[in-house]
Amino acid sequence: MPLEVMNSPFNQDQADLLNRLLPTLNEKQKIWLSGYLSSAATEADTAVQVPEAGGQIQETTVEATREITILFGSHTGNCQALADEYAAKLKEQDYQVTVSSMDDFKPKALKKVEDLLVLTSTHGDGDPPDNALSFYDFLFSKRAPKLDGVRFSVLSLGDSSYEFFCQTGKDIDQKLEELGAERIYPRVDCDLDFEEPAGEWFDGVLALLNEQKSAGGSQTPTGNTQTVQADDTPVYSRAHPFQAEILENINLNGRGSNKETRHLELDLEGSNLSYEPGDSLAIFPENDEALVDQLIKEMDWNPEESVPINKDGEIRSLREALLSTYETTCLTKPLLEKAQTLTDNEQLKELLEDSEQWKAYIYGRDLLDFVQDFGPWKGTVQDFIGILRKIPVRLYSIASSQAANPEEVHLTIGALRYEAHGRNRLGVCSIQCAERANHGDQLSVFVQKNPNFKLPENPEAPVLMIGAGTGVAPYRSFLEEREEMEAPGKNWLFFGEQHFVSDFLYQVEWQRWLNEGVLTNMDVAFSRDNEEKVYVQHRLLEKSAEVYQWLQDGTYVYVCGDEKYMAKDVHEALITIAEKEGNMSREDAESYIDKLRKEKRYQRDVY
Amino acid sequence: MSKERDSQQHGPPSEMEGIKKESRYLRGSLVESLQNPITGSVPDSDTKLMKFHGSYMQDDRDVRQERKQQKLEPAYQFMTRVRLPGGVATPEQWLVMDEIANTYGHHTLKLTTRQTFQTHGVLKWNMKKQIQMINDSLMDTIAACGDVNRNVMCNANPYQSDIHGEIFEWSKKVSEHLLPRTQAYHEIWLDGEKVEDSKDEYEVEPIYGSLYLPRKFKIGIAVPPSNDIDVYSQDLGFIAIVENNELKGFNVAVGGGMGMTHGDTNTYPQVSRVIGFCEPEKIVDVAEKILTIQRDYGNRSERKNARFKYTVDRHGLDWVRQELHDRLGWELEEERSYTFDHNGDRYGWVEGDGLWHLTLFIQNGRIKDSEDNQVMAGLREIAKVHDGEFRLTPNQNVIIARVEEEKKQEIDELAEQYGLTDGRYNSALRRNSMACVAFPTCGLAMAESERYLPSLIDKMDDVIDEAGLQDEEIVIRMSGCPNGCSRPALSEIGFIGKGPGKYNMYLGGGFTGNRLNKLYKENIGEEEILGTIKPMLFEYAKERQENEHFGDYVIRAGYIEEVQSGLDFHP
Repeated sequence: MPLEVMNSPFNQDQADLLNRLLPTLNEKQKIWLSGYLSSAATEADTAVQVPEAGGQIQETTVEATREITILFGSHTGNCQALADEYAAKLKEQDYQVTVSSMDDFKPKALKKVEDLLVLTSTHGDGDPPDNALSFYDFLFSKRAPKLDGVRFSVLSLGDSSYEFFCQTGKDIDQKLEELGAERIYPRVDCDLDFEEPAGEWFDGVLALLNEQKSAGGSQTPTGNTQTVQADDTPVYSRAHPFQAEILENINLNGRGSNKETRHLELDLEGSNLSYEPGDSLAIFPENDEALVDQLIKEMDWNPEESVPINKDGEIRSLREALLSTYETTCLTKPLLEKAQTLTDNEQLKELLEDSEQWKAYIYGRDLLDFVQDFGPWKGTVQDFIGILRKIPVRLYSIASSQAANPEEVHLTIGALRYEAHGRNRLGVCSIQCAERANHGDQLSVFVQKNPNFKLPENPEAPVLMIGAGTGVAPYRSFLEEREEMEAPGKNWLFFGEQHFVSDFLYQVEWQRWLNEGVLTNMDVAFSRDNEEKVYVQHRLLEKSAEVYQWLQDGTYVYVCGDEKYMAKDVHEALITIAEKEGNMSREDAESYIDKLRKEKRYQRDVY
Repeated sequence: MSKERDSQQHGPPSEMEGIKKESRYLRGSLVESLQNPITGSVPDSDTKLMKFHGSYMQDDRDVRQERKQQKLEPAYQFMTRVRLPGGVATPEQWLVMDEIANTYGHHTLKLTTRQTFQTHGVLKWNMKKQIQMINDSLMDTIAACGDVNRNVMCNANPYQSDIHGEIFEWSKKVSEHLLPRTQAYHEIWLDGEKVEDSKDEYEVEPIYGSLYLPRKFKIGIAVPPSNDIDVYSQDLGFIAIVENNELKGFNVAVGGGMGMTHGDTNTYPQVSRVIGFCEPEKIVDVAEKILTIQRDYGNRSERKNARFKYTVDRHGLDWVRQELHDRLGWELEEERSYTFDHNGDRYGWVEGDGLWHLTLFIQNGRIKDSEDNQVMAGLREIAKVHDGEFRLTPNQNVIIARVEEEKKQEIDELAEQYGLTDGRYNSALRRNSMACVAFPTCGLAMAESERYLPSLIDKMDDVIDEAGLQDEEIVIRMSGCPNGCSRPALSEIGFIGKGPGKYNMYLGGGFTGNRLNKLYKENIGEEEILGTIKPMLFEYAKERQENEHFGDYVIRAGYIEEVQSGLDFHP
């Protein structure tokens, strides 16, 4: 539809100009333009204006000197040494330079890069060196961003006696070009005697950079490449869950662990879903096919028979309905009661008369046990379906910050497996995520807000986080958020699990945050590494003086994870600390902690 | 005497020199690093200091990438090497090492090519307990690694027990004399009282000073005709001269060493050369003075060029001899004549001086229980009943030494029961094989070694059988990297790892460990290794002259040039 004075905010001349321009734009140009306009609008903090001459705005918003990012992949240290040397030389000439190994460089920062110099060796059979592997994988994954506006050059070191000489350098060089970056100086492949050709490469790059600097820094603006949300984006919610694609699904537990904890990364692009640290993501799970098929067989049902799945009369095949609509893994008292009409088995009636008995019965049993134990069954399939509960959503504390990962959401899910009543039992959603959720598959999700587990509004307030196992998930989102916001408040994490070697969830991330000062303190309790079992509450008590001081200083305390044991013991420990360090009576200590809670300085997300 | 050090400039001191200097005599921040609960590692500078305390930080490389994906740090763990001069251990000490391996380690022990025990897989939190156990059993790990004199080797001679005893005592004296004197080890591991060594550096470390040596330093004592310790591979080698069953003294050989760097021809393996002879009681003095020459003249700028062999080659033998004489205040005598006839081990029972000694074949020195045999359990049971000693050989085997006649049968029965063997059913090629640890624990490994060589020999054995060479002793050695822990440059067939599944192949080393081999093919995989060696072995079987060893044959047949000196090692 052409723009007119009537249907747009533009005057006739503007509308004409736009009408001439817009049809000639290709997709890339449109995205660029929308990003350009919206970022210009943000900076001007006014309504969108069409610049009369694009160049003027550019000059006010873009620095004349572009920042140079040097990334290296190094096995023996040669590339690292060169990278450091070149960085120093560039700094001498007043360039802004950052240098790091590829794996220390946060992939999501890639799209902010301006001038990129890559120095890498090649390892083994043409593989990247260890400290470049993750970055390399990222670059070759679907998640690699478009690099329009990025200028680069690659220096590769290798050993020509290997078949895949300098392969990693070649790969990266080609990939950067494919992603839209501009090669400003051709790649140089060096053999073992790399010093000279490497020096020549650098001199060449430097000469080029100097030339461009003196030319006055005319350059393409790095437009914000985010797609602008269309107006008709549906609002995703429990009623209309979003189909989120799985980008990553890894087991966080090392070999030899008793646990399996999945880290999932889901793609929220196009969902318009927003969340804050502390919120949960809800997943509509699907039942295990094997269990559903066994049930159908046990009841001698026809899997293809049509059954209703809601009151609006939507129908599905029985098998499909049992897989995605109805709950089969959990028994409830209402279910047992309603089922009485479908069986003449007297034992069911007897069971329901004794509340101790039916409670004991439903613990650890599922629908298959039930139909096996209380047949023979009468009535139709529809009758039976009519007594079943809809499959409930599963909620998981979100493990990422949206500010740090604008189009993703990360989850930390403990896979639940146990044996009961002679059969292996599987957690519905956790095992779906662990065993049946591959890259590219989709999960039905929506965001569940949790206003009772929120970072303090004051970025300077200290935060003390206590969690065991998957209870650590929201703290990852807290720290990502505080890092992204550059919140100056101190952060202290207590984490507990079974074994240091295999169960230290997100270990390298905490280590990085500790090194960079985002995380001020971290204490860990691995309960099965020593003869004596040590839990988070023990670590709290060991540090009681310091913990109390933090509380006195206005710290916000968070507890996430198991309710029955961990949260209870931590609560006790906090009271003990107040008693001991604050010289309080037990009663006063209790009200001290209670006051924290009322001031929202003691928040819990326990289950 | 130490001031020369400063006048010898090879360039700015390497990073390691700074770490040593700042370490307050090997303390660094080890106490704090060992306590940090967030990581199983210690920081880089402490890792380097740990070596002086006998331990290398490693990680399980089999799971390195997997763990990285899992957002876990590498599976950090520590290798610990005992200082065990001459490789002699009591049965009680054997049992302690067995217990450590099974309590804190990976349930295996490695007998090293320098006659000592190594444990692998010990976590940071257990290091102190482990070292205390070692200490309680009257062993230690001081200076088992690092820029110091390493474990002193000594011929494991089972034939002449009394002479062995005498020479072994000298190896112990050399080892004790050259130990670092810092109290750091006792403070860090043994809860010793904290003493800050604030005195003059040569009061704290009379031999080493505060910077210790530029690089590791290796000493070994050989007793002809056996060159089991590969005397020519040592920085400082002593060759015992025994006449009429009496120790007359030692020939002194200097400047050997194995390590090199792929692609850097300024680095090379070298054989030591004899510069004279000294009487037995002079050995400690000679060792100390040679070591101080290296302390003062070794290259402290370039670690790849810092071993004593480079110092010797840079200054020449005459200069070394003169410098030594100046420092000793007396002169070495003319070298005495001697002959070596092998560097491998001689297996099975032998009698010497009324006692019996059983040399067992331990493939690549790996003490562990497997489906085929229970080497670890068997040696544990033997240790429980044995009242003589264990001798760890330089070829990674073990001798049940000093067995009384009436105990022989019991030992034999235990050996039989647990599948321990003197190697008689193995080819002579396998019995003369050696491999370093390499993957998955060694951080330097570029290719498999210990886990691969046995299966390569399986395939070579087919050829060996076909060619009728089952009993022909051929020394074959593999190392996962060019540092050469298994002394591959002194083998008749040598392999040095280049990349996963790829090796440089070397030929033409001397059977008695007297001549370096030379690169024959570069960067080849198994198929090409077998394709290359097969026709050579057949030809050798057919055309060898009487008593001609494989290493000599390949030179005569023109496959490879003879190497006279390390300076000719590279093509």
